[in-house]
Amino acid sequence: MFIVAIFTGGYNDRFLERVRNHWLWDWLTTVDHKKIGIMYFLSGFFFLLVGGIEALLIRMQLIVPNNDFMVGDTFNQLLTMHGTTMIFLAAMPMIFGLMNVVVPLQIGARDVAFPFMNALGFWLFLAGGLLLNFSWLFGGAPDAGWTGYPLLALNQFSPGPGVDYYVLGLQIAGLSSMMGAINFLVTIVNMRAPGMTFLRMPLFTWGAFITSALLVFALPPLTVGLFELMFDRLFGSHFYDVAGGGDPVIWQHLFWIFGHPEVYILVLPAFGVMSEVIATFSKKRLFGYSSMVFAMVLIGFLGFMVWVHHMFTVGLGPMSNAVFAIATMTIAVPTGIKIFNWLFTMWGGRIRFTTPMLFAVGFIPTFVIGGVTGVMLAVPPADFQYHDTYFVVAHFHYVIIGGTIFGLFAGMYYWWPKMFGKKLNETLGRWHFWLFLIGFHLTFLVQHWLGLWGMPRRVFTYQPGYGLEWGNQLSTAGALLMGVSMIFLLVNIAVTARRGEKAGADPWDGRTLEWAIPSPAPEYNFAQLPLVRDVDALWYAKMNGKKGIEPAEPIGSIHMPSPSYLPILMAIGFFIAGFGFVMRAIPAAVLGLIMVFLTMFMRSFDHDPGYHIEPEEIEATEKGARA
Amino acid sequence: MSDHNQLSMAPEMPHHTETSTLEGKNKILGFWFFLGAETVLFACLFGTYLALRHSTMGGPTSEELFSLPMVAAATVILLTSSLTSVLGILGMHRENVKTMLFWFGVTVLLGLAFLGLEIYEFIEYVHEGHTFTRSAFGSSFYTLVGTHGSHVLFGVIWITTLIYQGWKKGITKETAPKFYVASLYWHFIDVVWVFIFTVVYLLGMIS
Repeated sequence: MFIVAIFTGGYNDRFLERVRNHWLWDWLTTVDHKKIGIMYFLSGFFFLLVGGIEALLIRMQLIVPNNDFMVGDTFNQLLTMHGTTMIFLAAMPMIFGLMNVVVPLQIGARDVAFPFMNALGFWLFLAGGLLLNFSWLFGGAPDAGWTGYPLLALNQFSPGPGVDYYVLGLQIAGLSSMMGAINFLVTIVNMRAPGMTFLRMPLFTWGAFITSALLVFALPPLTVGLFELMFDRLFGSHFYDVAGGGDPVIWQHLFWIFGHPEVYILVLPAFGVMSEVIATFSKKRLFGYSSMVFAMVLIGFLGFMVWVHHMFTVGLGPMSNAVFAIATMTIAVPTGIKIFNWLFTMWGGRIRFTTPMLFAVGFIPTFVIGGVTGVMLAVPPADFQYHDTYFVVAHFHYVIIGGTIFGLFAGMYYWWPKMFGKKLNETLGRWHFWLFLIGFHLTFLVQHWLGLWGMPRRVFTYQPGYGLEWGNQLSTAGALLMGVSMIFLLVNIAVTARRGEKAGADPWDGRTLEWAIPSPAPEYNFAQLPLVRDVDALWYAKMNGKKGIEPAEPIGSIHMPSPSYLPILMAIGFFIAGFGFVMRAIPAAVLGLIMVFLTMFMRSFDHDPGYHIEPEEIEATEKGARA
Repeated sequence: MSDHNQLSMAPEMPHHTETSTLEGKNKILGFWFFLGAETVLFACLFGTYLALRHSTMGGPTSEELFSLPMVAAATVILLTSSLTSVLGILGMHRENVKTMLFWFGVTVLLGLAFLGLEIYEFIEYVHEGHTFTRSAFGSSFYTLVGTHGSHVLFGVIWITTLIYQGWKKGITKETAPKFYVASLYWHFIDVVWVFIFTVVYLLGMIS
């Protein structure tokens, strides 16, 4: 806008007015958690497609032995970017998207605790994600694996800016996750509706709560690791450089102290989605509610005790390996509790196999297989065999796709009506589910055997005559099938957007508070804060023959925060700073940082009185939504 | 939303402006979580330092470098500044803008004095050949102590802008949580320094 102002010779009031009333400006400056959630989800989805294409290219390279489609450096870049993109730019933002849309609605809050910081978090994630993917265009993508192990990631083995993109892109995206996590924690602790005690909270909210707590304590180790790597690469320090007295194992510790909890950061919200979806479509209260909560807390806690199982072959000694092996296996206990509770919830229920339910049911055996191979890998002597083979690749894809991605898809179909007011098409949804499920197992089940037969991970080809051909071909075929299934999803989204039916407030006969308000939710969420009397508050009200939830307050004027263009400005500052460091253009980097600090000052001195939505307006909105 | 707080009428609790609004309460709770994250951050830096502190690669060792008087002076200054920030918050609770701003001003000055000492110390070390790029010991030392130092610098700038705001607007529902949070931050920095004093300097001088 400033640039336009310069070109048009000063500010033109009418132009400004038009910019301010444009829908794009509305989205760029929004601090509404539902809009931010949608933006998180959609940009995460975009990166999911990017990461998926990278995966398909990897599989195409491995379809026949001695293929030369994508070899050497290119393959390393694809591999690195596939992992990094899927974890940091696809799975996490999509989770954040769902949490942003749903959590405040489920706890009966009008807003999140820090709407401004929430918006900032989204724009920072986007800035980090774009910076990472800029690497394809300018100077080459990171190629040291998504774990970025030194010495491989140091200058002498990874010259060029690739790893710098990795370091700075993740740093910026990490900042975003920290802000999001603190926002959710405070929202959940301080802003629950009257009567919504902790043990009446829906399980998805519990998942969001524990995930956020994990993020707060797991991200700083990654931050420190990335900073040290950045210092080594940019400023000649010697944290990981053995010649200067450094120790690359420090990176491994820091990375996995973050990296292992990260698995639970990804999967706990998915557990939450499963609990919601399975209860709703079994028409039963979730079996063992409090044991489910307890299991989640325990998983979150144990998640921090097991990082060394990623490092069994480093040589830390039998004592340390044994301790961490036992701690790792212990996690199977609370996970088992959860699996059985889901089964018991379905047992005797009136099950409706809608698309979200299909994904939830498909999740159970898939995740169990991933868990079982996890226990196999937790045995150190066995791990020495499996280490760095496709067995590990198969294992973590079963856990992360079988857990997180199935959960995200279930959650997406389940909450789409609440986000956009329309239900996704069921027929296309079924096609998506079955093709995805079959494609997934075709791709990854066979990789267990490929691994046991000795196929190493991260290597761009294999020799003919070792029996690895047909397995790889099946795997590639499965990957293509998954790709095809995603086309069904895209078509579904397009069809629904064009001529989907209006969903209404409660399309699934839901149990929790978000289904008590119109779809899509009005900007103030609840016209009157609800009074919560039980777990599954809406279900409780329905069973007692009430039309809706009892309000806790009369209708009154609602205070809302104003939109702001500062978050996007600050994110641009970070982007410039990051890009400057990558390009070793320190003045540009400093300029970016100055921009960041300037916007911080602007925010600090900016007195935001917000605005009020008056009762007449609320009544009009509610009437329009109900009609 | 703040309505249901009034339902739980505690009989005449002392009135604290910083927690009188939901925004204020959110800010303070959120800041505690942030400090939790910062604790882990510093723990990782301490871990790295402890792993690398003997990797001097022929450069000066910690016993040769560190001298107690200067570090002790820095410690006293920083501990005192924590006290003055408490006095500032006490002033805030008594709704006395002048007292509050005065003590926060003193806090900033002490922070600056601490920074001055630290910069002097670093320059000394560099003259003795202990640099960031000399060895893993140097890298981890300057990163740990320097991260703390940059936190002090950030705090100094932050509190300075707050003093300006407090001077303009007085103690309001909006400014009070900001001051409270800044004082939390300042105490945190102080606690981290106590650990640095022990783990880096005392341990470095005896071993």
